Amino acid sequence: MDDSMRRIEDTGLIQNEPLIFEKGKKGRRGCSLPEWEVDEVNPGALIPSHLLRKELEGFPQLSEVEVVRHFTRLSQWNYGVDSGLYPLGSCTMKYNPKVNEEVARLPGFSKLHPYTPEELCQGILKVMFELETFLAEITGMDRVTLQPAAGAQGELTGLMMIRACLRDRGEKRTKVLVPDTAHGTNCSSSTLASFQMVGIKSNERGILSAKQVEEQMNEEVAALMVTNPNTLGLFEEELGEISEIVHQRGGFVYCDGANLNALMGIVKLGDLGVDVVQLNLHKTFSTPHGGGGPGAGPVAVKRDLAPFLPIPIIEREGERYRLNWDSPKTIGKMKAFYGNVGVVLKAYAYILSMGGEGLKRVSELAVLNANYLMKKLKDYYYLPYDRPCMHECVFTDRYQERYHVTTLDIAKRLIDYGFHPPTIYFPLVVKGALMIEPAETESKEELDRFIETMILIAKEAEENPDLLLQAPQRVKVRRLDEVLAARKPRLKWNPDDRVENIKPEC
Amino acid sequence: MKDFYRYLPHTPEEVQEMLQEIGLERMEDLFRMIPQKYRLTTPLNLPPPLSEINLIRSLESLQPPPYTSFLGGGAYHHFIPSIVFHLTSRSEFYTAYTPYQPEISQGTLQAIFEFQTLMCQLTGMEVSNASMYDGASSLAEAVLMAYRITKKRKILLSEAVNPEYRKVIQTYIDPEQHELILIPYLKEEGRTDLRSLFHLLDHEVSAVVLQSPNFFGVIEDLSGISERVHREGALMIVGFSEALAYGVLQPPGAFGADIVAGEGQSLGIPLSYGGPYLGIFTTREKFIRNMPGRLVGETIDLEGRRGFVLTLATREQHIRRERATSNICTNEGLCALMATIFLSCLGGEGLRELSLMNLSKAEYAKRLASESRNCRIPFSSPTFNEFVLELEGDVEGVLEKLRMERILGGLPLARFYPELKNHLLVTVTEMNRIEEIEKWAELLGKVIGQRG
Repeated sequence: MDDSMRRIEDTGLIQNEPLIFEKGKKGRRGCSLPEWEVDEVNPGALIPSHLLRKELEGFPQLSEVEVVRHFTRLSQWNYGVDSGLYPLGSCTMKYNPKVNEEVARLPGFSKLHPYTPEELCQGILKVMFELETFLAEITGMDRVTLQPAAGAQGELTGLMMIRACLRDRGEKRTKVLVPDTAHGTNCSSSTLASFQMVGIKSNERGILSAKQVEEQMNEEVAALMVTNPNTLGLFEEELGEISEIVHQRGGFVYCDGANLNALMGIVKLGDLGVDVVQLNLHKTFSTPHGGGGPGAGPVAVKRDLAPFLPIPIIEREGERYRLNWDSPKTIGKMKAFYGNVGVVLKAYAYILSMGGEGLKRVSELAVLNANYLMKKLKDYYYLPYDRPCMHECVFTDRYQERYHVTTLDIAKRLIDYGFHPPTIYFPLVVKGALMIEPAETESKEELDRFIETMILIAKEAEENPDLLLQAPQRVKVRRLDEVLAARKPRLKWNPDDRVENIKPEC
Repeated sequence: MKDFYRYLPHTPEEVQEMLQEIGLERMEDLFRMIPQKYRLTTPLNLPPPLSEINLIRSLESLQPPPYTSFLGGGAYHHFIPSIVFHLTSRSEFYTAYTPYQPEISQGTLQAIFEFQTLMCQLTGMEVSNASMYDGASSLAEAVLMAYRITKKRKILLSEAVNPEYRKVIQTYIDPEQHELILIPYLKEEGRTDLRSLFHLLDHEVSAVVLQSPNFFGVIEDLSGISERVHREGALMIVGFSEALAYGVLQPPGAFGADIVAGEGQSLGIPLSYGGPYLGIFTTREKFIRNMPGRLVGETIDLEGRRGFVLTLATREQHIRRERATSNICTNEGLCALMATIFLSCLGGEGLRELSLMNLSKAEYAKRLASESRNCRIPFSSPTFNEFVLELEGDVEGVLEKLRMERILGGLPLARFYPELKNHLLVTVTEMNRIEEIEKWAELLGKVIGQRG
């Protein structure tokens, strides 16, 4: 095949697009820099030559137009919430309001340097202080830090505060109880905070029982780490009682707040005895996920843990706001500066748009959507815990097993019908899990369309399983060889190593 | 109807229909499994909902007026080409989740693959992950990684590393497991005292952590360090907060660094009062399986076409749970995309020119300030786009006078280094116009003169 033939492809609007390094021409540039204004210095006259860069090979050389087309094409191969239903369980893929993007981008905030003197930052400090207050109200907690950058960092922050508090009391507790339904981050965060993770089983109803906690709760246990609603989408009905047991025996109750979207205005976690909870602003509070961040993982705590919050602490004195760096028992800092303020602004805007009434409606409709979907699909997909759910529900591929069709195949077939698949193979306690969280921003028509599609796929599995096994077909690329990717990692572009040379291992 | 219903499509009739389908009468029945005593009976105490325009108005009113700024110290005011914002605002990018389904996430995945490549080129290293939270937490994760590899308890950390980064490292490590030892800096030069470093270095050390350019803007001489560090079985970690410096400076990879971890905010990401920023994390191929964070790899699909997937997930929390290399999952994907677009339009030449412009403008400001009677450049080592200035007289008073002229004249260092009373960290980028630099220098001379 000669070069000109290789360039002409019949991929329609799914354009093929090489890597940015494979495009462009030597000598092209796609940017306009500010005027020089001063004389260019000779770096060699200031800096020893062995500290100076010799070359900048390999960087792209493109015009602005080429860069724009490149990334526009890339974007077209992506699926986001704005593309359609994104029922990824435990991720709360709700609509991301556009006005929030606009306020976060206001120049007075986006160009604000973090070391700007406090008296010039009163506006943003007010936003942060008030958001802390709002989140404390929503969760029923006493104090909040906005510093953690994501849910997992929030978990680590919370656990470090528990560790610091115990050490301050002179207690040596080394274990954290983590239920079998927990997110993987709970386990790894425990380890990072120097705790030993001990598993605790959920009962036949899919929740933790007070009895089980009572059996495992002893003077070695620092905390119970529970997710409520849990990852099966079930409310932890015995949590109030469980918290009492944990507290009586000197431990703390940590709640993973990833699933708070089911509870706003309905129940406060603080009332259930929770001592620490991290919130994922990029889930419950509508800030976009950005294809993998940035998020924000504020942590709310009860009074006992407040002295250990990361610094600085935002305080109000009369009408003035200030950053207090002087907190003798603080765990320290989780990241530079004060948190993902750009994300904080969007969550603040969201709460101001919704008010208490709106947030309660959000939780009601999120739970309504999930229960409706569960009811409509349970004759077609196996529902391991057939009970009213909260914001999400978990099916499995058990009914499809006999046709040799798996959860993965069902997920991939959904792509052919234009939907993002649910979370798959999680939680681990359910074999072949399909975890569906529709979120409140989906209309009944959209849910019905999804339900009909799922029913159709169940029928296809029975009558023509190959359609599922070969899915997806209508995409930029079909199923990818993940084994090859892991066995021979190619983690960056290499000019001498062309894609044509990659061959699957037999 | 309340404005917030624009995000909630259900009509009252549909709600009734759906409830009926489930076999319930009222919305409250959905929550019947929650013990009654915990159910809220009063509404949340939050401000009443705002209309879209009033929301914008109220936030607009909270913005401070613009100031001319000479602030840096880990967050930098740089030019961001218009296309960075326009392309990252495509909602196919920003409303997507982590690319778990590669067939419909090739945009994000290819962009991260390009990002990983660019970060390797920038830092002179072999592999990069998909990003960390920020420079500080990235450096802290590097320290934890060095411990995983070497299992040794001591960490040698230069005092010239950004104090916020040092604080984060201190927070991330467990004092019962690790010992953090500070390496002093040379008071005349502003560089890490290498003699102390070598003196402190022994076989119990897991990592030596330096930063270049360091917090004082000083370019560290990284040559000849890695050999001695490796001889003791430790890793050399180099941090950075000003990524643009590597347009002119030899990257840490060229000096034998094992992990390079720093901040990418300068690469097209707005200041936003401290975040979200971009943690960069690069290392050597032999350490891949000990790396934290997400990785994107190239592979092929069923038909042999090139495609990209998340890979080597067996290191990560969702597979390995309590034995994972880190707990990170959500990282700073969109910021990584910003950096990728930024570097794509700059190219190598643009990066070099921008970098040189920063160096040149900072040198210009340094020269003007040093000509002023009451200012002194205390450190003799070469710097990139920031430098330390010692003032005769009270720094806070001087800064306040400058503030009256709408200038933020620099960052007082005494807060981080008590011994550096009356010292300012001054940052000059391509965004500082020549008039601003001249006015800053003139006012500095005048104000101090008045007080002297």
